[in-house]
Amino acid sequence: MKELSLNILDIVENSIKSGAKNINLEIEEDNVKDFLVITVKDDGKGMDDEFVRIIFDPFTTTSTNKKVGLGLPLLREEAENCGGGIEIQSEKEKGTIVVVKFKHSHIDRPPMGDLASTILTIIATNPEINFLYVHKVNGKIFKLSTKEIREIVGDTAALRDVTILKWLGDYVRENIKTLYGGKENGKN
Amino acid sequence: MEKIKSIEELRKLREHARESLKVRSGETKVKIMVSMGTVGIAAGARDTLMAIISELEKREYHDAQIVERGSLGLDREEPVVAVERDKKTVFYGKVTPEVAREIVAQHVINGQIVSEWVIAKE
Repeated sequence: MKELSLNILDIVENSIKSGAKNINLEIEEDNVKDFLVITVKDDGKGMDDEFVRIIFDPFTTTSTNKKVGLGLPLLREEAENCGGGIEIQSEKEKGTIVVVKFKHSHIDRPPMGDLASTILTIIATNPEINFLYVHKVNGKIFKLSTKEIREIVGDTAALRDVTILKWLGDYVRENIKTLYGGKENGKN
Repeated sequence: MEKIKSIEELRKLREHARESLKVRSGETKVKIMVSMGTVGIAAGARDTLMAIISELEKREYHDAQIVERGSLGLDREEPVVAVERDKKTVFYGKVTPEVAREIVAQHVINGQIVSEWVIAKE
């Protein structure tokens, strides 16, 4: 994947496929401490240790589970090449936590890319899920909770309305830009 | 500088949404299904979905529902978009944002299948 925001979408889609009702995405970026950490936590059906091992090996992946985690082996390689790595903690019937770390300034680190579109895709395709997005950049913070938004707009059906979706997309885009000090996706 | 959107604006939009939701009693006329698996995402499904939302919004069409659909096993055809309208489902393959806008304008809103990009029907 060309952008970290696409990897984030891929990880969250895995959470959705695992039947999660609550998904938390936290992104923390710090230029001084020089790290970028992406954490996705869900309450889906989880995986046993064997499965966690399997999803990192694209060659032993069997046809029954090939739709899950296909993007993770490559992401791990990228993260490890950029002074970081991936950790997965998973418990059957409890949920999964995926943590991806990068050295922020590493020259080979993929750009964040269009994160606002990733957030809107998650909301638009799964409005019934409680999705919490927390993004911290050098101490500044932006939070979006679909549970809170659902309370404002009334119900899940309103979250399917394109006028509301379009507004949410613009709202997220503006706030991410503010986090990055006025730059669209954190690029210099 | 443009003022940052406040979440309060959403309360106003809610009224607008209520109106359009009232029009449709229960099921929407059209269902738009986008497959969002790893292969689809890598092939550009996210930007295709963004184009669909933006075109629906631009044309103020509220009688469509976007739903996620698992991969159809048509990896080479990703991004795959399916349109369910008039009790028929049409599958489109290699749907770029540009093609997606065309599908919304022609098929979703006007019921005209865009035959050039059809890969299957059911």
